[in-house]
Amino acid sequence: MKYLDEFRDPIAARAMLEKISVAASREWTIMEVCGGQTHSILKNGLDRLLPRRINILHGPGCPVCVTPIEMIDRAIEIAQRPGVILCSFGDMLRVPGSRRDLLSVKAEGGQVRTVYSPLDALEMARKNRDLEIVFFAIGFETTAPVNAAAVYQAATEHLDNFSILSAQVLVPPAIEVILNSEDCRVNGFLAAGHVCAITGYSDYEELVENYHTPFVITGFEPLDILQGIYMTVVMLEEGRPAVNNQYRRVVRRDGNPEAKRLMGKVFERVDRKWRGLGNIPGSGLGLRAEYAAFDAARKFGLEQYEKEEAGECISGLILQGLKKPFDCPAFSERCTPEHPLGATMVSSEGACAAYYHYSLTEFQRIKKNRNE
Amino acid sequence: MCLAIPGRIISLDNLEGMMRSGRVDFGGIVKQINLAFVPEAGINDYVIVHAGFAISVLDEEEAARTLEYIAEIKRAEESGDGEG
Repeated sequence: MKYLDEFRDPIAARAMLEKISVAASREWTIMEVCGGQTHSILKNGLDRLLPRRINILHGPGCPVCVTPIEMIDRAIEIAQRPGVILCSFGDMLRVPGSRRDLLSVKAEGGQVRTVYSPLDALEMARKNRDLEIVFFAIGFETTAPVNAAAVYQAATEHLDNFSILSAQVLVPPAIEVILNSEDCRVNGFLAAGHVCAITGYSDYEELVENYHTPFVITGFEPLDILQGIYMTVVMLEEGRPAVNNQYRRVVRRDGNPEAKRLMGKVFERVDRKWRGLGNIPGSGLGLRAEYAAFDAARKFGLEQYEKEEAGECISGLILQGLKKPFDCPAFSERCTPEHPLGATMVSSEGACAAYYHYSLTEFQRIKKNRNE
Repeated sequence: MCLAIPGRIISLDNLEGMMRSGRVDFGGIVKQINLAFVPEAGINDYVIVHAGFAISVLDEEEAARTLEYIAEIKRAEESGDGEG
């Protein structure tokens, strides 16, 4: 496919790997902050092809994974109410809440539907005016304008049977938490291309200034990622951190003004709890007062609901880049995509799912060596 | 959720504000996509789509520059005079 296959060329990838190897004089740890990139890295075996001195960590870039358990419990609570249809992206249905998941609510007759876009939920609201349609709005800055568009359109059409359960989060505050952690090992970041397609990258320039850590905005194909790593390594070696844009074909410095304008009109920054990272001030997006009627948490009286994370799953440590999936004692044994303990194994963008799908043989080899 | 597949706009069907939409061809699979966030996009432009919305128009000149860079390092690799 045009603008896709060209970025998967194996000879060029080998050349890029060679360039990285020559450029890197010492060990560097680089974190990618997008689940799509995590999967591309594992699927294409980049983690194994890269020189050993380049350590790749996976950050909190999967929206399903970072959604806290209490938000899932709220969605379950809403889905159990009579006269409600709860809509969500597919992966959310299987993520365990504190006692059960949305799929089991559906199995017991609850109205839970998978949608591809919030516009599908909006269409459902138009066609079912006697029912409450709730869209479980997860996602980062890439998805927030889309959710904003759905709310804005619902308001325009006076669809008062539509609302969203907002679990939307912003990337830069989470990166700041990682950089502020005493255990932080990250030397540089690959920033998520599609988040920056919306936001642009002035926030990242601020992070570079404050933390002296390089960022490269990167696409999703193997050559995009390898070039992004090369650009990061060059900056690290030269000791001149900056924001570089590898994904110039899609990302502009100011992002997408139309999307940002609508996002700002409908949402405002709020404090938000993340799985594994805890409460991060100003890291979420909630509905502005003018759109409060479309806030499902308010509509269904669930604003104060809180729940502590518990259990064996180490998703939180994985999302902070402190552990890798292979470090988890439950990986591939008590925790598999069919029977997941937590979000990073459930989500199609989760780091554990990526390792399970693409590196299981590698894990078995490592485990055998450990036992010998 | 981030499907990083560029699709080509093959028709503009609805030109109404937030519901501006058109058909987009992803290598043979055609989908109706909201184009409200890319008011500058027209037929034959490539767009990046997320959750039913085009979020960016692919800059073909920038893509050509990146591809030329890739071609250069590939030539260096094939001729054996790469940096390594």
